[in-house]
Order: sequence, then structure tokens, then C-alpha cells
Amino acid sequence: MMKKIFLSLTLLALTASIILVACSKKVEGVTDNIAALNPTNIDLAAGNWKTVLLTRPDTFLVAAPAATNSPAYVAELNEIKGAQRSLTYEQRAAIKYWSAGSVLRWNEILRGLVAKHNLPPYQNEDGSYPIPSSANPFNYPQFPFSNPPYAARAYAYISAAQYDALVAAWHYKGLYNRPAPYKVDSSVNALVPKTVLPSYPSEDAVLAGTMVAMMSMLFPTEIAYIQQKVTEEEYSRIWSGANVRSDIVAGEALGRQVASVFIARGKVDNVGKAVGTPAQWQQFVTNALANGKTPWYSLEAPARNPMLPFFGNVKPFLFDSATVVALRPGPPPAENSDEMKKETAQAKNYITNAPRENMRIVQFWADGVGTYTPPGHWNAIAASDFITQNYSEVRWARNMALLNMTLMDAAIVCWNTKYYYFTPRPTQVDPSIKTLTGVPNFPAYISGHASFSGAAATILGHILPAKAAEYTAMAKEASDSRMLSGIHFLIDCSTGLQVGQNVGGYAIKRAQADGAE
Amino acid sequence: MNKHIINRLALACALVLTLNVAQLHAQTDEDAIMMAKKQFCIGGMYSRGSWKNYWEGTLKRNNLNLGTVSNQMLGFMGTYGVTEKLNLLVNLPYATTNASAGTLHGQKGLQDLSLWVKWMPLEKDLGNGTFSAYVIGGVSFPTTNYIADYLPLSIGLHSTNLSGRLLLDYQLGNFFTTVSGTYVYRNNITIDRSSYYTTEQINSNKVDMPDVATEQLRIGYRSSHLIAEAIATNMNTLGGFDISRNNMPFPSNKMYATTIGVNVKYTLKKVEGLSLIGGGGYTVAGRNVGQSTMFNAGVFYILDFNGIGKKSSKAAKK
Repeated sequence: MMKKIFLSLTLLALTASIILVACSKKVEGVTDNIAALNPTNIDLAAGNWKTVLLTRPDTFLVAAPAATNSPAYVAELNEIKGAQRSLTYEQRAAIKYWSAGSVLRWNEILRGLVAKHNLPPYQNEDGSYPIPSSANPFNYPQFPFSNPPYAARAYAYISAAQYDALVAAWHYKGLYNRPAPYKVDSSVNALVPKTVLPSYPSEDAVLAGTMVAMMSMLFPTEIAYIQQKVTEEEYSRIWSGANVRSDIVAGEALGRQVASVFIARGKVDNVGKAVGTPAQWQQFVTNALANGKTPWYSLEAPARNPMLPFFGNVKPFLFDSATVVALRPGPPPAENSDEMKKETAQAKNYITNAPRENMRIVQFWADGVGTYTPPGHWNAIAASDFITQNYSEVRWARNMALLNMTLMDAAIVCWNTKYYYFTPRPTQVDPSIKTLTGVPNFPAYISGHASFSGAAATILGHILPAKAAEYTAMAKEASDSRMLSGIHFLIDCSTGLQVGQNVGGYAIKRAQADGAE
Repeated sequence: MNKHIINRLALACALVLTLNVAQLHAQTDEDAIMMAKKQFCIGGMYSRGSWKNYWEGTLKRNNLNLGTVSNQMLGFMGTYGVTEKLNLLVNLPYATTNASAGTLHGQKGLQDLSLWVKWMPLEKDLGNGTFSAYVIGGVSFPTTNYIADYLPLSIGLHSTNLSGRLLLDYQLGNFFTTVSGTYVYRNNITIDRSSYYTTEQINSNKVDMPDVATEQLRIGYRSSHLIAEAIATNMNTLGGFDISRNNMPFPSNKMYATTIGVNVKYTLKKVEGLSLIGGGGYTVAGRNVGQSTMFNAGVFYILDFNGIGKKSSKAAKK
């Protein structure tokens, strides 16, 4: 009897494994199957919103489109009708994917690029580290190493460029008022939600053109990959009946032109000098010693050059460089003070027998090597909330630009502070402090995570006031996570959070004055 | 020599570490030894594995920020003979990890509970020896909420696994050969992060764990008081992705490891039912795993529920 039972159990287990093997285990991303974007307000007046770099919405001319009764336009309608007669599964999948929102999709794609390139270079034979070169981006280490400050700047430039480009696009949409193909010809199927928003130039193509153009500056090894996505998005809009080819062509050209303004700024925003030289790295040490302080040193083996020590001199978006200095907080308590001794003991305490919940908090917010970084995490948080708001693409872009300019400027103030004070990490002070996540390779005061999170929560709380308290709590948890993991002192986190909130205040001022509220 | 006598006297359990992540196997789920009816073998096993070099994809390297990564395990194991041909096995290890260099904190905790059903449907004389076949099914699941996404210092991968194994054994005199093949289904795991990058960005906290196939060959000497064997094991994940250059490992990496090892089991003559075991192994080839050197030692004792003082089972009388 027993034998039979266990025999059956064995067979059952084997059968179960075979059945389970047959099942797909493919993980579905949280936005893989979301509904098509169907804005509650098309924001037709957005052509008047305040741009970031463009001096006027019509700085770049978009020529008047052909009339919808012209032979050229009719031919474009026929292109759609021909495509719609035999759409493949892949084509329908592309329509569905992009219909969720172009700002959203490009933001997700950008997060993926940041994660892919967020890898510290492996050391040279002599123990020094190679520096990625934008002149030779495919050589190891590939350019860029998209660490948090680099990533913050990339998100900001792309978001701001996409916002300016869409403001320009909305200007021309209002000016030319060309209806969508399915409005002109009822035999064109609308495979995405219908809208009264004029279709010329195509907002999707504007965003695609901006993105691929920005790649030359930010992720030059990914141009070919992004170009594939651009083509897919643009065709998806034709297949879906949302745009004719001339909407697409005009949109992509406009996006590329607006991107050129941002690329020109990027060439002179001081990021090229952010890495510094070995002599400059040594100067930080010399200065600290001259002031009787213990200089920060790298805890990696071999010691790695500090991450972007002059990123604090990069030109911000929301204020001028003098304000960066003004926003820099006062010094932390002296290293031999009772307060710092207490905080060192506290760091040790946190990592000793850390509860699982603390580990969860640490890992959830770690956003370290190989991830989209803390700015990317806040983009993901914002995106998941914006999805529920049914924003127009231009409002999506505006809110993402506000968020990412805030994050970049928070990075600038934070990095400026880090290298101004050049303070050690807890593990440098007490080597017995083993950390629950990797120790970032730059000075401790003030915490990058705290700065990013304070800034992001402040502007997001302004954009979505109903969630303000939730964002504040998340920022606090993100900030705390760095203490709990033993890589930061309390003062690094509490001050960073405050500095981030101060930076966020500038974003709120801009938001209140940009014409969108 | 009657195999059942050997089985009854020589049963013990052992550990084989294959991954850079500590993995514990009761030897009895991988060998051709059955407990006699109503006998319960219990024991404890200590094992230690460590590596300095690992394969980042196919590139062999070291890492000065990890130094030597080691894992230690203390496992409880038990095997019960339901019948001569049907055994139940259980094991549960406590594991700790450590890196000798760098700043990362090691982990510790109870790992996965494994339950196995081992069935010997066939045993017959073949030539001058004995051929036997085994069908083995197992399930293992994490007993605690330990962290998986903390490689290489997590104590395990936190997936629930279902294993199916076919094992064939041929014994000629005191010499034997065992071959086995195993398919392990691993369910998706949930990590603390809300997104991660494999070869693409995944915006989910769920991780698709590739299944695992293993093959094993054991050759050696087997008598009533001594077993000495050489073991070669090949382990492959069926999918997964390589660690990118200078990146950290991830639970759903493609993993491959070929390990060779030896195992010795000695059953005391003076104390019936008590056996000692020791062994070692080395990873000769791999991908996204550490090049582990492993040692283990254990003590096992057979509790006979056939009645105190009753020294021979039905099988032994054959």
C-alpha cells in the first residue's frame, strides 16, 4: 500500500516537472501590456509653453504640409491602406507597444541603455583604470560608463530636448491643423485611440528623431540599435492609421533639429572636464591633508580614480553655477567629534545581523552597478504614476523634463559638495564595517541617493500632489537605505535629502511658470 | 556479494558543491545505494567550498574586491527505507558565505529543504554482476526568506525546484559504475529590486530561472565497509545570460560547471550502523561560476526500526 502511494508520488513529481517545463516562464514587465495612451486633454495650447533651450517654438521651420485632397496625400493614405490589408503579428505588436506612449517607451529604452552601460571599467595591468573615450566609443571600456551623474545628465538632456521638440511640434500642429488620416478617409482604420490632435508633424516621430540624434552625444555605440527602434515606431504609426508618411518625415526632422541645440549645449556644459587628471585627483588629497582632515580614498582594489570629481562644475538647467555653490551645504561634524564617532558606531550596528526587511530596503534602492541608477529608478516611479494620468505626450514630456532636470541639478550640487568636503566612507573610518551593497567610489558627504530622492520627491509631489506624502516617504526610505547598508553616515543622508529638496524647489518654480499649470 | 547487505551497512550521505552558489545534495539521491526497510539513516555533514578565480562568461578572472569567496554548510540529512526498493530522503543545510577581500558583508541562514523519493524498479543479474535502475524525484524549496540577488555571497538562489533523475548502476564484484541524468525545473524567483538588466531591461521583480540539466558518472570500489569512488559531474543551465564585463553575477546567469571529485565512506566494524564520510572536489571548467575547491566530512548513523537486537533484515538473510 505504502509502496504504491510513494510510487504514485514519484510519478506525479516527474509528470509535474514535465508539465511545468512545457509552461512558459517568461517574465512580463510591468508595462509590457498596458493600454494605449488616450489623453484626457490634448493640451492644444502647449505650443505656447515655456521651452528649456529653444528661444521660440518656431526656431526651426516646419514647412506647410500638402493639402489632404492633394494627390501626394492620397498616395500616403494608400500606403496606410495597403499596409493595413495584411498586418503581421509583429506589426500589430509594434503598434500596441508604441501606442502605450512614446515618451514612456523612449524613457524605458533609455533606462535600459543606462543599465547596460553602467559598468565600471576593469583595471589595466599596472593597476590604473582606463577611461572610456567618446572618440573611440567601441573600444573597451566602451563609452560611456553611465554612472549616476552621467545617467542623470543623459536623462535630463533627452527629456528636456524631447520636451522642447514637442512644444515646437504642438506649435505646428496648431498652426497647420492637419487631421489624422482616419479623420480624412473613413476607410483608414484607427488601430490606436482616435484623437482630435492634429497629426502634422507626428509627435512620435519628433520624439524618435530627438532620441536618435541625442545618441551621438550620449550613447554613440547605440545609434544603430536606436535607429531600429525609430524605424519600428515610425512605421507603427503609419500601420496604425495615426500618421501619414509626411507627418513622420516632418516630425523626425524637427526632433533632430531640436536635439542639435541640446547637443551644442552638451559640448560646452563642462562634462568633458568632469573626469579630471591624476594631478587633480591628488590635489584633493593634498588639500584635505593641508586642512588637517582625513582625505577620502577609494575602497576598491586596485584603488580606482574618483567618479567624475568635477561633475559639480557642470552647467545646471534650473539655476546658474553660482547657485550651485549657494546650495552647497555646510560641512559635516569634524571627523573626531563625538557625533561622528556615534554615527560610525551606528553604521557598524546597522550592518551587524541586519534584519531581512533592512536588506530588502537596501536592495530595492541600491540601483548600483549594472542598473539604471537612482535617477532611472525615480524615472520608473514617475512613469508608473504618469501612466495612470492619461497625459498628452507633450505633458508627459514636460513632467519628465522637470523631473530629470531636477535630478541632474541635484547630481551637480551633490557632486560639488562631495568633492568640496572629500569625506571618507564609514568603512574607511572603521574597516570592520562590511557593507550590504557595494560602496560607491566617491566621497561620502552628501549622499547621492538622498540628494536624488529628495529632489525627485519634491518635484513629483508638486506634479501629483495627491501622492506627495508617498513620494516623501519613498525618498526617506531611499535615503535611509544608504545608512542601513553601512555605506553612509546619518549626516550624509539627512543633509542630502534636504539639499535635494532645495533643488526640487527650483523645479517647482519653473513648473509654476512654464504655462502648463 | 549481496548488494542489499552492503546497502544496509554502508549507507551514508555526502555533499557535492557544484555552483558558486552553495548547493547541497544528499549523496543518496545521486548514488545507487538503498536503505533497507524500516531503517532510518540520520547524519550531519560539514562542507566547505571556496574559489578565487571565476568565469565571467567564458573569461576566467579573479577579483581583488572579493578575494577568496567561501561558503560553508552544515547539513542535516535523513534517509528512510520504506521498502527495500523505495527510500525517502530529506536534507536541510545551514549555510554561510564570506569574501576575504573587499567590503561586502557575508550572508548566513537556513537554506533549502530537499525531499526525495528514490525508487529502484529494477535489479537483476547481468553477466557476472548486478544491474540496477533507479527513478528519483525531488522537490526543494527555500525554508527562509534569504536573499538570492546578492551574488556571489547569497546562500542560494531561492527557487523552488522539481527534479527528475534516472540512475543506472552496474556492480561487478567490488567494482561499480553509476551514471545518472537529472532535469531540474526551477520556478521563477522574486527579488527585492523592481527591475534588472539581463541582455535587456526587465521592469519586473520576477526572474525567469533557466532549468538545469546535470549528468554524473561515478566509478569505484564498493564493499560492506568501504566505498571509494571518483565522481565527475556536469551541470548546465538551459538558458540564462553571461555576466557582462566587470559586472556582478545574477541568479539567472547561464551557468555551467564540470567538477571532479572523490568520495570515501567507511562503515565502522565495531559500532554497527555508524559510518564516516569524507570527500573533495574541484571545478575543472565552468561559465559564470566560481572555480570551487570543495571538501566535506560527515557522520551517519542507522537507526533500525525492525526491532532492537534484531541484527539482520529480511534482505540481509538473502
